[in-house]
Amino acid sequence: MNGIHDMGGMQDMGPIQHEENEPVFHAPWEGRSLALNLAAAAWRKWNIDAGRHQIELIPPADYLRMSYYEKWTQRLEELLVRTGLVTRSEIESGKPSPGSPKATPPLTAEKVSSMLRSGGPASRSVPGPSRFKVGQRVRARNINPTGHTRLPRYARGKTGTVHLDHGAYIFPDTNAHFLSEKPQHVYSIRFTARELWGEQASPRDTVYLDMWDDYLEHA
Amino acid sequence: MSPEHSHGHKHQDIPSDPALRVKALESLLVEKGLVDAAALDALIDTYEHKVGPRNGAQVVARAWADPAYKKRLLADATNAIAELGYGGRQGEHMVVVENTPQVHNLVVCTLCSCYPWSVLGLPPVWYKSAPYRSRAVIDPRGVLREFGLDLPEETEVRVWDSTAELRYLVLPERPAGTESLNEEALAALVTRDAMVGVGKVKYERHS
Repeated sequence: MNGIHDMGGMQDMGPIQHEENEPVFHAPWEGRSLALNLAAAAWRKWNIDAGRHQIELIPPADYLRMSYYEKWTQRLEELLVRTGLVTRSEIESGKPSPGSPKATPPLTAEKVSSMLRSGGPASRSVPGPSRFKVGQRVRARNINPTGHTRLPRYARGKTGTVHLDHGAYIFPDTNAHFLSEKPQHVYSIRFTARELWGEQASPRDTVYLDMWDDYLEHA
Repeated sequence: MSPEHSHGHKHQDIPSDPALRVKALESLLVEKGLVDAAALDALIDTYEHKVGPRNGAQVVARAWADPAYKKRLLADATNAIAELGYGGRQGEHMVVVENTPQVHNLVVCTLCSCYPWSVLGLPPVWYKSAPYRSRAVIDPRGVLREFGLDLPEETEVRVWDSTAELRYLVLPERPAGTESLNEEALAALVTRDAMVGVGKVKYERHS
């Protein structure tokens, strides 16, 4: 989806606001929002790609206006409703619907440390050799899917070199829509800054992107 | 489940004050038995007090102090970092890139906020902000100047856009004059900014 989230290469977004000794959370509700997101995800009703896509679906003006954890809160509400864990009227009233059953939380305090420790590896094994080899020239395909993708606009149609083959990973473009994991190789692709940005860029500089096999074609 | 559906409602019914909105959501989810309040406390405590840039600083200090470790770290970062006990969520697949006098590395996530939580904790606001995400790839030298780092023209700048599930940690240059420092003292010098690539590690000898 060519949304506002895909902002690599945009200009005039203002100065970078670096804060000395920044706290982890700027208000207690930010921590609660993060924790609610992680704890609710333990129901495994959605995956990390669907979670990212849900933030991308926030309308552009709201996306730019809202703070990070406001977006996380809104994303969580939408996912809870979409997956049926909560109804829209429950979100709006803040109360369980009369007669709704009480569940047992999958994530308890005792399980937090092992849950974080094991994480959620996205690597998968796929049979057969990879399509591209280190050192090969490749082009990022010019695709404009309306759903989730991790191929930024600024790289589409550009030519680079395979720097590394990371092995196979879940494909977010399908996984975000609960279609399938469609595991495939992910490569680190090196682009010269000049290929991406033209003559204004330094001839020495490079940008590396991690790209799934489906994003690439032979150059 | 269609994208249209999730847009097709009014948002203004929900409290606009984020603190109230999150509080209402938490009490609803706890009341429905969907989340456990003590688990929320444990999650917050983890990222406020346990998992943060001190983890990454240990990794960097070990790499500076132990050439064999550094070699393992650059070849297989996930396993080398696990040797020090760090890993898991948003650090499942790690890559470490090394700064040298010739090469400066900078990490960004233009599409969202991907960041190596297991070694740096949660990302700072600026890392997740539109100004950094948009400009780091098109004008890395200008971005670095905003952080007070003016790189010579002959330095090669490599920007790593975290577009997949690989998470990047910069191994900064070890500052001059630190030959006699032990690992603990070295780790104390290492900043989060240096491990993202927007700063260098500095050392001023105290006489």
